[in-house]
Amino acid sequence: MSMLQVSVYRYNPETDSAPYMQEFQVDTQGRDLMVLNVLSMIKEQDSSMAYRRSCREGVCGSDGMNMNGKNGLACITPLSEVIKKGKLVLRPLPGLPVIRDLVVDMGVFYEQFERIQPYLQNDEPEPAIERLQSPEDRDKLDGLYECILCACCSTACPSFWWNPDKFVGPAGLLQAYRFLADSRDTATRERLADLEDPFSVFRCRGIMNCVAVCPKGLNPTRAIGKIREMLLANAT
Amino acid sequence: MVTNITNFGRSGLSDWLIQRVSAIILAVYTLFMVGFLLFNPGLDYATWSGLFDQTWMRIFSLLAFVSIAAHAWIGLWTVTTDYLKPTGIRVAAQTIIILAIFVFLVWGVQVLWGA
Repeated sequence: MSMLQVSVYRYNPETDSAPYMQEFQVDTQGRDLMVLNVLSMIKEQDSSMAYRRSCREGVCGSDGMNMNGKNGLACITPLSEVIKKGKLVLRPLPGLPVIRDLVVDMGVFYEQFERIQPYLQNDEPEPAIERLQSPEDRDKLDGLYECILCACCSTACPSFWWNPDKFVGPAGLLQAYRFLADSRDTATRERLADLEDPFSVFRCRGIMNCVAVCPKGLNPTRAIGKIREMLLANAT
Repeated sequence: MVTNITNFGRSGLSDWLIQRVSAIILAVYTLFMVGFLLFNPGLDYATWSGLFDQTWMRIFSLLAFVSIAAHAWIGLWTVTTDYLKPTGIRVAAQTIIILAIFVFLVWGVQVLWGA
């Protein structure tokens, strides 16, 4: 028996007046489990425990949560990576309203994603075959398109905590640049015009929490820098 | 597009650029001042007054004053929008900050050209 002490954020707005931390003992049998495995063992002990999960292999982005103070995907985070002093503390993603336990309301996050118009816009006549792109132009999208919208980055960003209704956030801005950088997209000017106010892009203070937590190893801060460069080139 | 009316340049891009340019000007002014004080250990009134009598020094100083005014406006505006959520308190704080910056700037001009 090797028991792991796990402290989990619990909140059921229908029965609890305030959130609280609940302690669990989980027998890991000495294995280096993923955090999601530990959560499913906790759910066997207490079936009222609520969390999101789907693919359990870091592709769907459902199980973003705060593990010992750092955001990440529970399914691809091994215990050895997060355990501090033999204890695991699980909390919901910070800054978003909690629906129940580890389940947060992602509404404001998706609204910012919607705002940057995350789809290809092209006003040229449609070609007979698909719109072609050179391998070099395609390479520009690497490091951008891989985002799975798990919200780990945006909910680790203080600028997003203070102004989630105005600052697009790292996840949205990574996608904004993904379409700004796409050689097939012709709405570049309109996209830039929507981003030049003091909040949408410029509320980024370069804290780089987004880079530190991204489970896919992406770099939203670099994309934000590229957007600034494009805005500057367009307006000077 | 988020609308703003109390930030310095009306645009995030111009605020961002002005913040960086003014920071460089302030850094150069600070380095010059520290250097001047180091090279004049026994600084007396005549040397100090002589420095500020020269037109280039007055222009340099006014440039630094304008830079710190813009820099403070942009920086403090950002702080108020982050931390002061009730609109009344935020607008009041922004108004006080902007008025204070104006007063200090005019006062600075008077000090530079008044003596």
